[in-house]
Amino acid sequence: MMASSYNAKDEDGHITVTGPGGGTLRSKKPENTAFKQQRLPAWQPILTAGTVLPAFFIIGLIFIPIGIGLYVTSNNIKEFEVDYTGVDMSSPCFNCSQNFSWNSTTPCTCTIPFFLEQPYESNVFMYYGLSNFYQNHRRYVKSRDDSQLNGDMTSLKEPSKECEPYAYHDNKPIAPCGAIANSMFNDTLELFYNDPNGTKVQIPLTNIGIAWWTDKHVKFKNPGAGEANQNLTAVFQGTTKPLNWRRPVYELDAAANNNGFINEDFIVWMRTAALPTFRKLYRIIKSPSNGMMPTMPRGNYTLEVVYNYPVRSFEGRKRMILSTISWMGGKNPFLGIAYITVGSVCFFLGVVLLIIHHKCGNRNNSADISN
Amino acid sequence: MLGGDERRVDSRTIYVGHRSCSTTEAFIPPKFCDNRIVSSKYTVWNFLPKNLFEQFRRIANFYFLIIFLVQVIVDTPTSPVTSGLPLFFVITVTAIKQGYEDWLRHKADNEVNKYQVKVLEDGRRIQKESEKIKVGDVVEVEEDETFPCDLILLQSSRDDDTCFVTTASLDGESNHKTHYTVPDIEKDLESLNATIECEQPQPDLYKFVGRMHIDKNDQEPAVRSLGPENLLLKGATLKNTQKIYGVAVYTGMETKMALNYQGKSQKRSAVEKSINAFLLVYLCILVSKALVCTTLKYVWQSKDGQDEPWYNEKTQREKDTNLYLKMFTDFLSFMVLFNFIIPVSMYVTVEMQKFLGSFFITWDKDFFDPEIQEGALVNTSDLNEELGQVEYVFTDKTGTLTQNNMEFIECCIDGFQYKYRDASSELDGFCVTDGPVSKLQQKAGREKEELFLRALCLCHTVQVKESTDQGQSQQDGLIDQVDGLEVDAGLFHPPQEQRGFIASSPDEVALVKGAMRYGFTFLGLESKTMKILNRNNDVEMYELLHVLNFDPVRRRMSVIVRSKSGDTLLFCKGADSSIFPRVRQEEVERIRMHVERNATEGYRTLCVAYKILSAEEYAQADAGLRDARLALQDREEKLMTVYNQVETGMSLIGATAVEDRLQEEAAETMEALQGAGIKVWVLTGDKMETAKSTCYACRLFQRNTELLELTVRTLEDGERSREVRLHELLLEYHKKAVQDAPPVKAGVNRSWSSAGQDYGFIIDGATLSMVLNNSPESNSSRYKNLFLQICQNCTSVLCCRMAPLQKAQIVKMVKNSKGSPITLSIGDGANDVSMILEAHVGIGIKGKEGRQAVRNSDYAVPKLKHLKKLLLAHGHLYYVRIAHLVQYFFTSVIWFSFSVCLQNLCFILPQFLYQFFCGYSQQPLYDAAYLTMYNICFTSMPILAYSLLEQHICIEVLLDNATLYREIAKNAVLRWGTFLYWTVLGVFHGLLFFFGVRFLFSNPALQDNGQVFGNWSYGTIVFTVLVFTVTLKLALDTRHWTWINHFVIWGSLAFYVFFSFFWGGIIWPFLRQQRLYFVFANMLSSVSAWLVIILLILLSLLPEILLVVFRKPRGPHARQKKMMSPILSFKQLSEDGLLQSSRLQL
Repeated sequence: MMASSYNAKDEDGHITVTGPGGGTLRSKKPENTAFKQQRLPAWQPILTAGTVLPAFFIIGLIFIPIGIGLYVTSNNIKEFEVDYTGVDMSSPCFNCSQNFSWNSTTPCTCTIPFFLEQPYESNVFMYYGLSNFYQNHRRYVKSRDDSQLNGDMTSLKEPSKECEPYAYHDNKPIAPCGAIANSMFNDTLELFYNDPNGTKVQIPLTNIGIAWWTDKHVKFKNPGAGEANQNLTAVFQGTTKPLNWRRPVYELDAAANNNGFINEDFIVWMRTAALPTFRKLYRIIKSPSNGMMPTMPRGNYTLEVVYNYPVRSFEGRKRMILSTISWMGGKNPFLGIAYITVGSVCFFLGVVLLIIHHKCGNRNNSADISN
Repeated sequence: MLGGDERRVDSRTIYVGHRSCSTTEAFIPPKFCDNRIVSSKYTVWNFLPKNLFEQFRRIANFYFLIIFLVQVIVDTPTSPVTSGLPLFFVITVTAIKQGYEDWLRHKADNEVNKYQVKVLEDGRRIQKESEKIKVGDVVEVEEDETFPCDLILLQSSRDDDTCFVTTASLDGESNHKTHYTVPDIEKDLESLNATIECEQPQPDLYKFVGRMHIDKNDQEPAVRSLGPENLLLKGATLKNTQKIYGVAVYTGMETKMALNYQGKSQKRSAVEKSINAFLLVYLCILVSKALVCTTLKYVWQSKDGQDEPWYNEKTQREKDTNLYLKMFTDFLSFMVLFNFIIPVSMYVTVEMQKFLGSFFITWDKDFFDPEIQEGALVNTSDLNEELGQVEYVFTDKTGTLTQNNMEFIECCIDGFQYKYRDASSELDGFCVTDGPVSKLQQKAGREKEELFLRALCLCHTVQVKESTDQGQSQQDGLIDQVDGLEVDAGLFHPPQEQRGFIASSPDEVALVKGAMRYGFTFLGLESKTMKILNRNNDVEMYELLHVLNFDPVRRRMSVIVRSKSGDTLLFCKGADSSIFPRVRQEEVERIRMHVERNATEGYRTLCVAYKILSAEEYAQADAGLRDARLALQDREEKLMTVYNQVETGMSLIGATAVEDRLQEEAAETMEALQGAGIKVWVLTGDKMETAKSTCYACRLFQRNTELLELTVRTLEDGERSREVRLHELLLEYHKKAVQDAPPVKAGVNRSWSSAGQDYGFIIDGATLSMVLNNSPESNSSRYKNLFLQICQNCTSVLCCRMAPLQKAQIVKMVKNSKGSPITLSIGDGANDVSMILEAHVGIGIKGKEGRQAVRNSDYAVPKLKHLKKLLLAHGHLYYVRIAHLVQYFFTSVIWFSFSVCLQNLCFILPQFLYQFFCGYSQQPLYDAAYLTMYNICFTSMPILAYSLLEQHICIEVLLDNATLYREIAKNAVLRWGTFLYWTVLGVFHGLLFFFGVRFLFSNPALQDNGQVFGNWSYGTIVFTVLVFTVTLKLALDTRHWTWINHFVIWGSLAFYVFFSFFWGGIIWPFLRQQRLYFVFANMLSSVSAWLVIILLILLSLLPEILLVVFRKPRGPHARQKKMMSPILSFKQLSEDGLLQSSRLQL
């Protein structure tokens, strides 16, 4: 398997020719340095029960409180999830999910009522979740052109090969190219609060701050960004929209700072998920500035969906998630449980080892004495 | 013509000075190669292809090349860069190194090839470049020049037609050797018309046969024999002679020097074999993983809508590809994705570790010997770790166990013992001490005495060193010291007669010196006349007629001289066994007693005999010798026959005893080796009694050791044939040593020393050859097995009367025995070369018997005592280091706990698991940059530093406690059990890392601003855990923290963090995808990511820490042992008076 050596040996078979009168003068006494004599001063820690056992207890004592803190924090996070795929006949979105066609001009909408049992305070984050959607598939992940998205004009006109088969359409370059962009999530979700007095109040949703700051400001740039009175329509002239999109990229949003490649919905989508079941941040519901009222009080709500995104073909699911956020992110009891478990195991091991060590130590001592 | 014509092809004909000797024959200049030495491998033009070809002949490189090509050709998940870059790095570094070395060789070649030499051509002296010398040229060489090619000496500026050379650069022997001109050559080389017929080039430095036909104008062509004494070898240096003329016979690559440097066989260490075996297993895992993944992928795809959902369509080309081709390329893709399980950088690191590590041996000042001003020498760095695995040590006696510094102790003349006590106090330098009681205070007749002393003075090949530098040698004496053969004759003679003797064997010098003490001084050899200054200060002259050289088969040498009175005398000296059968038996008994007593005392004994040759006898012998010397074919055999004919019917005059002192600390070293569980076998050409006493002196045999002898002597008592007796004895010993031995041999067979009886086994050469190459009765293999089993149960084995080849045979036999133990041979002389080459590790001692052993060895040390540190400290450490390195690479391990694999198994496992979650699309979990950098940068430096500097037990303790060596015996760290253990733990770690992060990502909103993490964040978290765990594991392992370890371990972690920021901090214009842009920074901004990283690192280190605690009870015990052993040795010491003094000095 491994041919034995790289070099040392190749030379052995060869003549080392000493020059005329060649005597070998190797008679140098080795230097007496600490390094060469392998006597560098060294710290020689010895892990003994004396040092390790306290470590176990300390780990236990630190981890258990952290775990409890995490668990409590996670439990305090409120999360609400609605599946609006429309698989069941009873589901309001059943029709939309059945009569799906990419070319339909009239959008299909459905309305899902739901009830929030608890009031949601501070900022509430609205996610859409997809299941069985392989955003991490290799062919999918690489099907993008980051230099095009970074505003490079040549890449805009000549998308990378990686984008195939979503690079050209009708001999026009697709902007943004690639499978990821092409399959961008395009359902529109709107939330209404059904006031107890009967009025239906639309909840204001912010689409700013849902993408990484660096993505929005550095990694993604519209072509020709920085020029005075930039006209996106003109810049994207000569390109065509991705096949599955209803609008071209320069019409994604009315606001200039959220249009084109720097549209935050687009940027969020372009950050491919790690697992086939994932969620992505859709909108933020800012808490009212007075702070007295909960952002979303307990009560009845309606979710209005413009149903554009087909998932039935690959047996996927679509969800809408409302969640509050803590310092540790979204709701996830895993970390808390893991910390508590590991902490208790460490503590328990510490106790067991202490007992074993104590007994063994005694036995050893007596054995030594008898020697 | 003589009988050489039948095989013309085997000889070459050279026309001296390109002058055809015979006018009748058409002169066809024969084609010989030119005198260019090419030691370089490459030229500028062929360097690249040839070097690449050679590098890719290594299977590992080839494997990575294939992977690289697959990546280039097939659409694979990782870019070709990920495997191409490391491969490129490895190949480039190796190519640069080899290129540099080759450049050095070119330089050296040029120096030699362009060297200006003087060639006689048409009566003029022409300056030529050395490389232009052609066979047949007459070359002039001046003092202190090296010979440009192999020359036949034609003319010397010295009067006695000799010249002196040293062959220091050839075989390291720095003494001057005499070479002779071809006899009867006319002074005028211009008119010399001669042809030389000699054998085709062959590598043996000490063999040469040829003859010269000298055409004199009007006479019959004279024929002269040519032997090695006429041949001046390329590379040797002319000394003490103003200039010589010689004719080139072998040139360039056909010179003996060039032929001699052809490669040695490669030795591979046991660790390397383990590596290869483990790699093979991992390759199987790799293939099966790829197979499983490919299968699962197609199963998964067969489900509707999975293969090509609307959001992720295939390109037209993908759709068109044949299904089976697709399956195949998928398989290859998986292979490529998982190929990191076979670490390319391991090869680099192992090589670097070995190469750099071997410097510590050369640097060790404990190996420096002030006497020869040299330290240890490492000829190959591949076997460093093998030094820690040695189970059998085969040692030579003379020059290795003993100093080979001979001192004349006593002699025995005609049955009377003469012991030299103090010359100056006795009138005539004689002193009789303890001769046979009945003849106490008696002396042999004066005539016998003088005959004996004359014999000592004449029967040798000693040269007297030129006294030109007398004053100088008195001042610094360095030259003499280097030769080690200085004789301070001033003590016995007027101080102006400073005299140095040069001889190929120190015994001879000791004998000549001994004779000098008794009043007979050898003055030198001048033009075939030996001069002796006898007791009455008269000069006696003897004409030296023939020297019957010493050889190890005959074990004797003789000279034939003619005295002034016209008597032709033959003096012979040799080993008793070879002399006794050739002398009159009635003389033997008187002397045998002395010889045997001397031998038991550890002296080297030689017997001296003589014979007066009658005129006819001499004429016959002379003719026979001349004939044999002229023979081109089988000269050796013919000479041997004549020698044997001549050396018969002699009369024994006496015997000599020469002491060969033990090497410094020989006994301690042997004791330490035995304590380390190493079995020591002494293989010597010496007599049994001498060798036995040396063994006792070295404490190889103790007083309570029961000796099992299997020698010619034990075989010969009784009337039965040797065969039968051999069989009997073998069975008896086998019963004693093997069957009746306490049944400890299974597991704890290394603890024999404590249990019961020690056995020592003695066998001699003759018996060994009976055991090994038995008669066709075919029970030889049975004998061999019995023999081996007995030997394996003995503490030490002594094999005496061994021929060099038999030494190698024994080593080979043990090497190939059950369990294939690691063998080490140590020796200092040319006769040890065969066993040095045969053993796993060959160690040469830079002794007095030339440099051949050193040249052929893997390691060379100045003294035997250095073996202790070499094995117990260096070997132990190297083994542990490299084993650990390998473990770490395959898996990454804690020293005492032999724990877990990470580096690769874990590294690759999450990748494997990820496939379940990304639809078997071969999506790599980590970014390509990380994949590439992982082994090269993030983790390789700490392990390299560790593997160079680690001392889990410090050197002093290792040296003091030889028993520690047993703990690593039999490749203890790299066993299949431990291998399995790390692999399993590695799987555990892989699962841990993957699922730990997997559960965290069940809600990817991990930032406090609600934003989510993608797949690259996922990979980065796992990767961070990996890098930190691997490095911290090593930190846990490290027992010896020097500043370098600190620097490298913390530095590489810092580097990882820095690199991640840097790599993710810039939009890299040359990258097609900015996958990691700010991923690392964002990860660090998430508290959850921090928490999961800490948790996982701690969890994976937990087993290690646990193991440390579980091992804990052993800790004090081990230390207890360390504390105990000095006390124990102190007890032994007080028991043994001999040892006491030496210990106390320590």
